Order: sequence, then structure tokens, then C-alpha cells
Amino acid sequence: MKKINLVQMKEKQKGRIAGLPEGNALRNKLMSLGIYPGREVTKISHIGLRGPAAIKVGRSVLVIGHGMASKVIVEIQC
Amino acid sequence: MLRKIFLIGNPNVGKSVVFSRLTGVRVISSNYAGTTVDIMKGFLKSGEEEIEVIDLPGTYSIEPSSKAEEVAVSLLKGSPRDEFIVINIVDSTNLERNLFLTLQLIEEGLPVVVSLNMCDDAEHRGVNIDIEKLEQLLGVPVVATCAITGFGIKMLIDRFKEAKPVARNKLTHRELWQEIGDVIEQVQQLTHRHHTLRELLEDASVRPFSGMLMAIGVAFVSFQAVRFIGEWLIDNVSNPVFFKFYEPLLWKLSRYLGEESFIHHLLIGDLLDGKIDFQQSLGLLTTAPYIEFAMVLPYIVSFYLILGLLEDIGILPRLAMLMDNILHRLGLHGFAIIPVLLGLGCNVPGILATRNLESRRERFIAATLISIGVPCAALQAMIFGLLGKFSGFYVTGVYLVLFLVWLVLGVLLNRVLKGVSPELLVEIPPYRIPSFAILWHKLFLRIKGFLIEAIPVVMLGVLIVNILLYFRSFEQLSLIFAPVVKGIFGLPKESAIALIMGFFRKDVAVGMLMPLGLSIKQLFIACVLLAVSFPCVATFVIMFRELGWKDFLRSCAIMLMAMLAVGASLNFVLPH
Repeated sequence: MKKINLVQMKEKQKGRIAGLPEGNALRNKLMSLGIYPGREVTKISHIGLRGPAAIKVGRSVLVIGHGMASKVIVEIQC
Repeated sequence: MLRKIFLIGNPNVGKSVVFSRLTGVRVISSNYAGTTVDIMKGFLKSGEEEIEVIDLPGTYSIEPSSKAEEVAVSLLKGSPRDEFIVINIVDSTNLERNLFLTLQLIEEGLPVVVSLNMCDDAEHRGVNIDIEKLEQLLGVPVVATCAITGFGIKMLIDRFKEAKPVARNKLTHRELWQEIGDVIEQVQQLTHRHHTLRELLEDASVRPFSGMLMAIGVAFVSFQAVRFIGEWLIDNVSNPVFFKFYEPLLWKLSRYLGEESFIHHLLIGDLLDGKIDFQQSLGLLTTAPYIEFAMVLPYIVSFYLILGLLEDIGILPRLAMLMDNILHRLGLHGFAIIPVLLGLGCNVPGILATRNLESRRERFIAATLISIGVPCAALQAMIFGLLGKFSGFYVTGVYLVLFLVWLVLGVLLNRVLKGVSPELLVEIPPYRIPSFAILWHKLFLRIKGFLIEAIPVVMLGVLIVNILLYFRSFEQLSLIFAPVVKGIFGLPKESAIALIMGFFRKDVAVGMLMPLGLSIKQLFIACVLLAVSFPCVATFVIMFRELGWKDFLRSCAIMLMAMLAVGASLNFVLPH
């Protein structure tokens, strides 16, 4: 088990959410989109030049800006 | 007594299609008191009575995270409980995420009916939902619908009376998701299907390389389509109407009034070689309607048609994703691409759309950049007409210069203004097949908005030029501005009038450049300046309203500086 953030994940890698960025409003928003601790997510892609990360959560595809993505922590199998 | 029906659901679940199925044609878009959020209202006929149907903005939860969601929630909570029901529209291809809102609504004790929409799409994607079981677990009526074809809508209406508040414990977010997991386990079965072409494209569209290729392809095709449809409308609709039907009428009027009278000058304008010239006569009944209806409106129609199509297919969030890294450096995030795209049609709706951005700083940057670097369809149409005659190369050049100005100015503003760029957080919806009824309706509303905004200003603009021409006041005006126009921009002093006219209508202004006999370099500079300098007066009014006077004045100062800098450097850099 290793903890990294969404930006560091590789394409097609799976992981479980282990930490969300600070701020209640932001957390609520992420929660309502299905990003909550323990949830399994799959990285889809990353746009270069500090672009956003795309992840698959359940059947939704979510896009998260670079700064926020680097604060969403996931736990991965090594 | 059932008086109201609220439609609520996540974004991109086909809510507006259900809405139009329920209500038919009498739809009102209204601003709720004290807010700037547009909410659609319509009426459902049920026997003798009419029930009000209110389409709330899309939301993922009942804890609001934007102004639009705030309005949705306060409307729900503010209505008397026994007079309304809530139809929760759920995307059956993504039941899990949608149930979060559903359970929150039920927990609130609201009378809910669930419309399990897009059921045909779910089938295609191998998603099978046990509706009876779901109904049992939720305790509220669940109806499978496919709003695009109308399937299930009657059934939905029949079950309104069963909507009742259900007692349910309030759960924390974590517990809610736990609960949803259990429900999904019991009601949803996924059969593995081979990926359809649509799913392969959806997948490719969110990867950097293939996504960028697709975006460029879409942009190219859209651009060509807008031009093609616009030109088709001009050749086959507006020109025949003007030349075959309208012109003979004007001739009768012209002869009746007599060429020398003031009223002739006002209504018909100057005759060129004894003929009415719709572009240059500058009369209230000749040039004003011709510019508006024959030169600009066709492009506005085709632009909004294509934009509506892109919106409803689900292309825009994908563009937002791809543009996020650039926009982030301009102090915005990916979603600010939408006001920019709207601004390419008309700056007014573009600037109105900046309301959806989160901070004041973002709204200021976005509005300023749109008014300076984003040419509206009217202006683009005229630039095509004026420069396209020489070569497409010059037209491309204008776009390139404007894009550079937009980029450089954005980076500067982001550096200078205090604060940080916001982060993008958005769902990428599956591609959807658009509903033509919705497309049509949206197009109609947008065209109506444009005409109401533009007609009085075009009339006023042409009137002012007409009167100035009559009293030969242009010579004096152009003398005042001659040093700047001639010395810095390298343009003849007469073009000062066109630049001033740009304040009223960009399209009229470009029209005024035509008879001046400018060189290609001068035309190029004049076109860029018209785009970069002050936006038209309608945009001005909107900016003033949206930004407040302090930011408005700041924005104006930036516009002036941008105009001087761009005009001077083009004049200096470009060869003769």
C-alpha cells in the first residue's frame, strides 16, 4: 500500500480515495459527485502542461483541475 | 391541492426534455427575485386545471455549491409542502451517482416521484435496473421514461398522486453512499457488452492527444458549417427577399418622396449611381434592416444552431477539459470556454454567461477578455466580407492577432490582479443524441434575445450616421481624432468615424470602411481595431450592469490601452 495523489497516478491505475483537500464546501461538492474516502477510482488521463486529471468513479467520468487533483490522495497497491 | 411540480436532477440527465414533454409550448424563462439565475416555467394541463411546472437548475446535492443551486434549493424549501411534488429525473445509465440527490430529497420529507430517464440508452449500455425493487427500497414511485421519444411520460403523470413524504432517517454523506451501494447491489445488473462506437469516441475524447485531434476536427467542421449555413441563408432567403420584394417597394417610396427631401435622406439614404445600395445608402429603411437581417442574422442563426448542437451532444465539457491548462494561466478555469464560445455569437450573452463563474476576479477577467479579444458573429461576418475578398490569409491573420491579444492580456491580468485561479471540477457526460424540439426552442429564444438587443441599436446607429452625413458634421469630428487615427494607426482621418461608429454597431462600422478606399494593410488594422476597441453599446450596458461601475471603468481603461498598443504595433510591424 502506498499513498500518492491523483496527478501521480498512472493511466488505467486503480486506487482508493484516502484523503480530500481542505474546505467544507469543496468536500461536500466532491462527496456529492461520489468522491469520498474508501471509493475506488480509476485514472483515465491527464492533460499536459499542468492540465486537469480525468478519473472514472463508478460510471461517471470526472475532470479535476491540476491543483485540486494534487490534493486528492489515493491509496494504491504496489 | 397540487399546484406546482418541481423538476430536479443532476446536470445532463435530460431534464429539459422531460420539461418540454410535460409542458408543451407555453414556456416562460424568468429571473427569480434578487438573483440572476434563469429558471424555466411552463404549465401542464390536467383536466380543467393547469399545474405550474418549474425546471430547476441541475444540481448534484441539496447542499448548494453555486448560485444556481442555491436558487433551486431555496425554491424547494420555500414552497408550502402540501401544494407541490418533486419529480426527480435520474439518468438510468448512471443510477449510482444520481441516487445521492434522490435519497437526500426523500430524507428531506419531500413528495418525490422518480423518473428513471434515458432507459433506452441504459439498455444499449448493458445496464439493467429492477424498477419494482428500486421502488420498494426507496419507498417512492419510480417510472421508467425515455423523454426523447416520449415513452413513459403519461405513466409518470398518472403516478403524481402517489407522491407522498416518506419517513427516512437522515444520514451522513458516508452513510448515504454506503446505503446507495446496497441499493445498487440489489437493483442494478450490468451485462458486459462490446464497446459501441459511441463509447469508444467518448473514451478517446478525454485523452490528451486523441481529444485534441477531435476538438480541432469539431472546431473546423463547426466553423465551416456556420459559414455554409449562413451563406446559404443569405443567398436563398434574405437576399431574394430584399432584392426581389423589398427593393421595388422602396423604389415606389423613393419616387414618392423625391430624392432631394430630408425624409428621403433619412429613410432611403443616398442613391449611388441612381440606385439604392443596401450597404452604403445608410437609410433607416435600406441599410439598417439590410445589415441586421441580411448580413448578420443569417450568421447568428447558423452560429446558435451549431452551438446548441454542440451543447446538447456534450462537447462543451470536453472542450473545457482540454482548454483548462491555458485558461488556468489567464486566471480562469476550463469552463470559462463557454462564455467565450457564446461571445463568438454575440458578446452580450457571452458576458451574461460569466455569471456562472465563481469569483468576482474571474468574472472581471472573463468579461474584459471577451469584450476585447472575442469578435462577435456580426463583426466576423463583416470581416469575412471585407477582407475575404482579398484573401483568406488576411482573415486568418485577424483571428490570429485577436487570439494573441486575448492570450497576452489574460496572462497579464492574471499576474496583476490579486487572487488565484480557480480549479476545474466537472463531470464529463456521455455523448447524447440531441432532441430537435429542444434545439429548436433554444435557438428561438436566443434569436429573439439577439433581435430585441440589436434592432434598436442598429436603427439608432444608422440614424446618427445618417443625420451626421446630412449636416456634413463628419469633417469636424474626424479632425478631432485625426492625430491618433493618422499618426498612430496609419489610417486616413475619415476612418475615425467608422471607429466611433463601432461603438454602436461593429457591422455598420465595417460597412462604413468600404467606401473609403483603404489599402489592405489599413483595412486589416481597422478590422482588428474595431474588434479590440470598445465593444458595441449593448455590450457596454451589460458590462456596466454585471461588473459595477468601478470594475467597468477599469475594464474600459484596459480596452483603451489595448486598442492603442495593438493599433500602434500593427502599424509599425506590418509591411505596406
